Amino acid sequence: MNDASASGKPKAIELIGINKSFGPVHANKNVNLSVEAGTIHGIVGENGAGKSTLMSILYGFYEADSGEIQVRGKPVSIRNSKDAIRVGIGMVHQHFMLVDTFTVLENVMLGAESGPLLKESVVKARAELERLEREYGLMVKADALVSELPVGAMQRVEILKALYRGAEILILDEPTGVLTPQETDQLFRILANLREQGVTVILITHKLREIIDITDNVTVMRRGEMVADRKTSETSKEELAELMVGRKVLLQVDKTEAKPGETALVVENLTVRDRLGTPRVDDVGFTVRKGEIVGIAGVSGNGQTELQETLAGMRVPDRGRIHIEGTEISAQRPHDAAEVRHLGVGHVPEDRHRQGLVTQFVAWESAILGYHNEPKYNSGLLTDRPAILEATRGFMETFDVRPADPYLKTANFSGGNQQKLVLAREMTPEPGLLLVGQPTRGVDIGAIEFIHKQLIAMRDKGCAVLLVSVELDEIMSLADRILVMFEGRIVGEVAGGEADERMLGLMMANAHESAAASAGEEVPA
Amino acid sequence: MNTELPRWVDIGVVPLINILLALFVAGLIILFIGENPIEAVGHIITGAFGSSEGTGYTLYYTTNFIFTGLAVAIAFHAGLFNIGGEGQAYIGGLGIGLAILAFDGSLPMFLLVPLGIVACAAFGAAWAFIPAYLQAYRGSHIVITTIMFNFIASSLMVYLLVNVMNEPGQMSPQTREFAEYTFLPFMHEILGWVGIKVDRSPLNMSFFWALICCVLIYFYIWRTRWGYALRCVGANATAAHYAGIDTRRVIVVTMCISGGLAGFVGFNELMGVHHRILLNFHLGYGFTGIAVALMGRNHPVGVIMASLLFGALYQGGTELSFEMPKITREMVIVIQGLIILFSGALAYMITPYVEMVWHVLAGRKAAAAEER
Repeated sequence: MNDASASGKPKAIELIGINKSFGPVHANKNVNLSVEAGTIHGIVGENGAGKSTLMSILYGFYEADSGEIQVRGKPVSIRNSKDAIRVGIGMVHQHFMLVDTFTVLENVMLGAESGPLLKESVVKARAELERLEREYGLMVKADALVSELPVGAMQRVEILKALYRGAEILILDEPTGVLTPQETDQLFRILANLREQGVTVILITHKLREIIDITDNVTVMRRGEMVADRKTSETSKEELAELMVGRKVLLQVDKTEAKPGETALVVENLTVRDRLGTPRVDDVGFTVRKGEIVGIAGVSGNGQTELQETLAGMRVPDRGRIHIEGTEISAQRPHDAAEVRHLGVGHVPEDRHRQGLVTQFVAWESAILGYHNEPKYNSGLLTDRPAILEATRGFMETFDVRPADPYLKTANFSGGNQQKLVLAREMTPEPGLLLVGQPTRGVDIGAIEFIHKQLIAMRDKGCAVLLVSVELDEIMSLADRILVMFEGRIVGEVAGGEADERMLGLMMANAHESAAASAGEEVPA
Repeated sequence: MNTELPRWVDIGVVPLINILLALFVAGLIILFIGENPIEAVGHIITGAFGSSEGTGYTLYYTTNFIFTGLAVAIAFHAGLFNIGGEGQAYIGGLGIGLAILAFDGSLPMFLLVPLGIVACAAFGAAWAFIPAYLQAYRGSHIVITTIMFNFIASSLMVYLLVNVMNEPGQMSPQTREFAEYTFLPFMHEILGWVGIKVDRSPLNMSFFWALICCVLIYFYIWRTRWGYALRCVGANATAAHYAGIDTRRVIVVTMCISGGLAGFVGFNELMGVHHRILLNFHLGYGFTGIAVALMGRNHPVGVIMASLLFGALYQGGTELSFEMPKITREMVIVIQGLIILFSGALAYMITPYVEMVWHVLAGRKAAAAEER
């Protein structure tokens, strides 16, 4: 495959000297990228390294300030996604762009109907869809409602959508974030199959293992620049990590044996329903002791979020009890988030943009979110601006938040630095119980290392930590005990040292059901 | 996108361009009816600021706009769109009227002023409370309910003034006049005491109260923990919930403050100028307050400046229709409407272009600096 260039076959994509700035931020500096046709090409880089910007330029969301794009050897101008589709570039977004209440077929033909009357489009689309499914081994029921599909199948619909529009070059942006390990394997089989059929795949990810597993070539970006181009067979995870960060990185977390003390959190028969009355957390019970990290593993959407929010006081339990520091919380005795915080609970929410921070606020305002009523931040009727600024500067120093500017708008910090600000805010008061959700989502490798160290340090100080994460690697390297959630229930518990990915993966997909179901296989009707 | 304009461009240059655009279109219309637009603008300016009487009228209108503009602005910071300023102002007037009618004669002036202020605020707040409660606890949209409450206020006042509170022995729908000692001192009187002579105008002491309100609201929004909670709810309600802020309470409290501010129109109009409750003293101020807040970027200083502009337009427009008979009262309203359209509704229309120009200029400057 790699000798394709030698035979004079044009490259699938050639980017030459791409520059793009957003105000003072130089997101892409003189980027050159060449992707050989019929290969899987990985692009890795930390958050903010410029990979998304580059792909957005390729897909026509942004226009480059300078530089040239060539597709199959011909210079093209891509101003919007229509242009991109016309030259055969398709994109599968991290967040699916599907209409839930439409069927698979309707989603696939949406925006690519062949005439004013739906009937003929449907007939045509169905035939085409069947051909694509056969050709690429992408089996999805054409008449199933998208809302009823498992996540892995939704992703296949996204891929089908791109292929239906004639994509020969497929960009996948962090495609495995929402998948179980089994679904990921299946996706990779599909990608390999696409490569066989001559499709070029560009895979953006921050998971180095995936790069090693599937790609032919890999490009590393750092701070807007291309820093390395490697044949995957000639590189290693360690080398890639070092290239991404610019220094040696510890991929493994150093930690000592946990010394669990007294119980900090008891959850008994906890049930939480959503607005429609469906139980999201279903009769869950467990304990967390001081000085240990309990991890909750699970594919996202299996009740971990609701569990964490209920413990933090953001939801009222429907049934069951929660005991924190000797205080009972139940449907009869609800506590709101402020009251729970007063019990000595820190909460690093899963979604820092929607919950943990107010992105329009400046840093010092975000740094007191949830603590704005504290006497130390107020003097009389007014807020004590100097005290808040001092506290914020302290947060920024101990947690290495960059730039250390309390007046900078929260949105202008990178993901990792935003997360460090949240962690600093929630960890500095030394809570007895720390609820942590997805602590390293969208966070660069350098910051991940730092955040993991901080969590271990909290544990060693005698804090009880409840960690929810969809990153199995993270759970396995941090947690002393692992609980697995599936459809709102806890379906298993494993000691941290004894867990392996396959075992957790099977539990996460509730392996009591058949293997086919766990992989989300769909048989055409 | 993450392109941002410096503050002075955003709150200075952009509104200025908007006004100029509005004046340009207005100028075209004036040309069309056969008058000289330059001359017309001149009449507006001299009408608004050319005499102490004109300036007095301008500032008197400004006072009302500050109250209603602040009312819209504070609600906006909590993510609420209060279009009920009209009704809240009307009912606020009812409050102060009732208070003075009940106590003139029995209470001295230095007690009646604070009582009047409290009465406007309380009645205006009460009128805003019901939509706020319905929004916070029942999910009825505040835009719908506040606008409906404007109609209810209007009908209620007509009923009260025609059937209940009208002056005995009189046909007109208004109450008896307040006792004379309760009249708020006019500005020409206040200035007269210190020896400065100006012509009579309805501008009165409530203007100072409007300025004080601006300061208070500034501190409330940006310098207190309640203001923090308010802005948090407006910027990101989920984050507010995460922080343990009771968003429903914040909605209710903010709307009550908003309604109270709108109610102060009654302080200016009834205690300051008309000295009795009458029909429609509030007309238009509540709605113009929306444009004022939009144009003033919901900041008290911006609100003062926008209020001054609209005050000048009201006053200068009146003069204009005297000076140029071809330009009728309705034409003046058209001009005001254009300004509201361009600086309110279309406030952000030109922003992308200004951004583009700014970045080209800034880019050139940076390039020049690099070359050196």
